[in-house]
Amino acid sequence: MGQIDYGQVQRTASDLYVRALKLIPPDVTAAIERALEHETKSGARDILQTILKNVRVALDRNLMVCQDTGIPIYKVKIGSNVSVDGTKLEAAIRAGCADACVTHPFRSSICDPLTRQNRPDSTGDHIPVVDFSFAADLDGIEIRMMPKGSGSENMTWMKMLLPADGVKGVKKFVLDCVLRAGGQGCTPSLIGIGVGGTAELAVKLAKEALFRPIGRPHPDERIAALERELLDAINRSGIGPMGLGGDTTSLGVHIETADTHITMNPVAVNSQCWRSERASAHMYADGRIEFGY
Amino acid sequence: MAQFTLATPVTEHDMRQLRVGDSVSLNGVIFGIRDATQRRIFDDGVAPPVDLHGAICLHTAPNVKKEDGRYVPVCIGTTTSTRMERFTPGLIEQYGVRGIVGKAGLGEGSARAMQRYGACYLAIVGGAAALETTQIEAIEAVYWEDLMPECIWQLRVNMLGPLTVAIDAHGGNLYEQVREDAAKRMRDVYRELGLE
Ligand code: SF4
Repeated sequence: MGQIDYGQVQRTASDLYVRALKLIPPDVTAAIERALEHETKSGARDILQTILKNVRVALDRNLMVCQDTGIPIYKVKIGSNVSVDGTKLEAAIRAGCADACVTHPFRSSICDPLTRQNRPDSTGDHIPVVDFSFAADLDGIEIRMMPKGSGSENMTWMKMLLPADGVKGVKKFVLDCVLRAGGQGCTPSLIGIGVGGTAELAVKLAKEALFRPIGRPHPDERIAALERELLDAINRSGIGPMGLGGDTTSLGVHIETADTHITMNPVAVNSQCWRSERASAHMYADGRIEFGY
Repeated sequence: MAQFTLATPVTEHDMRQLRVGDSVSLNGVIFGIRDATQRRIFDDGVAPPVDLHGAICLHTAPNVKKEDGRYVPVCIGTTTSTRMERFTPGLIEQYGVRGIVGKAGLGEGSARAMQRYGACYLAIVGGAAALETTQIEAIEAVYWEDLMPECIWQLRVNMLGPLTVAIDAHGGNLYEQVREDAAKRMRDVYRELGLE
């Protein structure tokens, strides 16, 4: 049974926050490059080129890609070959999140929901959002981090459709929402969709869908086909980057599903901006650590 | 679609030559403002301590640090303009502002004022703050420091852009055009998908 080094968890939680703000995942950059190859509108091409240039400048000068430090989310998956004190694990992640904000330093975007008073260190009640799950075949612990930007998070919708609305109802709801949003939330976007479950599970699945690398279709071909169909429909709108027109409104549509009640048909849409910020770390039971996206 | 490089302060002629879809880069001094800055100007009736005639304003609240008593940029990005709609006609009419740099656009009132007085809305690439920060050469002065970070930021910029002319001084509104066009295109898509 491996032992967890909580100090290492804390340092990792901090590193992940900073990495996610500075390093755009390679699948995201590749998706923007592919979009640029196909984009026919010159204004949209300029914007996509500027985005790619911005990603390079951030890397070369060690700058944050975008000014929004987001709302920190950590997803922790625990394997069966490590023994874990859950309270210590959560405390270490929370402390690491605050460390990143205070020692980098960068702006805390977190505030009280009623008084709107700003919190100094990117943490607060229930923030960071920390989510635990378990996997028998995982060696050690995997931590995935997303500093979710407000511009795209504000482009979130959920609805309890009727079972009779079927998959058509889901498609229409998604397209209506994406069209209404236009370029808000810094398009080209990644659209996360949750179908099924309970109300809050649908929203959670929509967010989970945003952690999947762009270009990796859902393993279930029926769902993958729905992803392709919706992406094509969204891009035919011509909304384009920043809502200023073009062939590239979204870089991807990712769907996650759960079974639901016979008289329910929940659907949720959670958008992500072109920055598609995320970072991950795999801490093996023997103490090795591997960073990724 | 033409490309322009403009130096501030700009003139009415500078702005009237621009059409939606044109690309602009800016040199000179621009002023960073945000919600609280404009609440003081319009809700509290305090005139800004700088001359804004011919000015370009950027919707921002910079992330800065102090070095040897001077502010230096850590990360300067652009915020959503839509919240600033109610102040913008006043900035143009009363204070002579000729350009707003922001993201997501402005409403009807601002578009009318832009047409009437000769001003434009210049859309920046949202989220491209690393690039924006490197295009800001210096924070020359800061007014109303008590509103930190929503002060008036006097920023010297070098080729800030590319910016897209999204609302011009001739009644053109690129956001509107794209929205109307999208609604039309989607009617076909919905029909094909059997969603009507
Ligand atoms: S939506 Fe994304 S890219 Fe745009 S400002 Fe927010 S975090 Fe940055």
